[in-house]
Amino acid sequence: MTLVVASAAAVSTLRIADDCLVLSHRLAQWSSLAPTLEDDVALTNIALDLLGQARAMYERTAELDGTGRSEDDYVFMRDEREFVNCLLVEQENGDFARTMVRQLLCSTYQLAQWQALTDSTDAQVAAIAARAVKETSYHRDHATDWTLRLGDGTDESHARMERALADLWPFSVELFESDDVSRDAAATGYGPDPRSLRPEWQAYVNRVLADATLVVPQSTWQPTGGRQGLHTEPFGYMVAEMQHLHRSFPGATW
Amino acid sequence: MTPIDEIRRIAGALPDPEMPALTIADLGILRDVRVDSGGHVEIDITPTYSGCPALDTIREDLERCIRDQGYDDVTVRVVLSPAWTTEWMSEAGRIKLREYGIAPPRQQVFDVHALKIAVACPQCTSSRTHEVAHFGSTQCQAVRACDACGETFPHFKEH
Repeated sequence: MTLVVASAAAVSTLRIADDCLVLSHRLAQWSSLAPTLEDDVALTNIALDLLGQARAMYERTAELDGTGRSEDDYVFMRDEREFVNCLLVEQENGDFARTMVRQLLCSTYQLAQWQALTDSTDAQVAAIAARAVKETSYHRDHATDWTLRLGDGTDESHARMERALADLWPFSVELFESDDVSRDAAATGYGPDPRSLRPEWQAYVNRVLADATLVVPQSTWQPTGGRQGLHTEPFGYMVAEMQHLHRSFPGATW
Repeated sequence: MTPIDEIRRIAGALPDPEMPALTIADLGILRDVRVDSGGHVEIDITPTYSGCPALDTIREDLERCIRDQGYDDVTVRVVLSPAWTTEWMSEAGRIKLREYGIAPPRQQVFDVHALKIAVACPQCTSSRTHEVAHFGSTQCQAVRACDACGETFPHFKEH
């Protein structure tokens, strides 16, 4: 399948859908493996919220890009290079600390993004956003609680949080990059220019990290490319696993 | 009874697949019922959470139970706007939830984070309870424990 040339609104919707789907899949990989039963349930509940958000946004993308594709077509029938999620969501789970740092950075970003999208000129997207805001504020609370507990916890938990933060922080830069698509989407009132979300994100994350006795890393490495379909190595493996059944048995239902 | 009232009554009485003590009318999921001059029935429902797995079941159950009443031409539409809120849960629904062992969502909540109203234990009614986990057995529930009787119980989160 080749890339469909679509409007800025269609591409913006697809970017958000892909962010939600990929993060959902990563969190679902914790199923039965989380450190406590409560968090096994929490992570899979968050994954389910994200999957629901992704489904609604894929449905809207199909209307906006005019291809009439199904949710399954987007998820199972595209190749790695056709996914336009940010690199942060595709990073491997690692230990629980790493997953919680990823959750803090992602959910804070997603909450700011959904809040801005409640004012979208696209009524369908605004409606999806209104529901997602409530869900995502719980996701951010969950990540915040764990960041405080692990950062300001034992020497071991603090060290693991520090390591996770150093690893993942560079990927946060990409979240706020503007390009022609996002500028066009902002100009037409579809949604926020990612750059405008940075101050709120930065203020919240800085405050939580400070309370958790963690230091914001000084990083010069700024990986990017996810929005153009250029992904990091772990993503290909994730896509292969996610699509395996559908590729082996096309059209399988159960 | 007009067809629209009858359909509203039958549809509203449908139990929620995950919390069968409650009907979809109790939950506030049933938004609108319309019957046009040609006898076509259109029912609007709204999801509680984005990924709620009960929604497809509710849609199928609704179509079946309305057809069983002799209305062959039925469409169930999922409407997203305005977004569902626990404020739409009926008073009867809140009482049934409590009797079922689930603390109902608190009312008149505008900011969950600023919330100070206590959640009462559905077993002993004590207001000395604390949250154990944000997330419970379904997307809409949290887990709390009672400091008075010691029981843990689900709480239908404000949303």
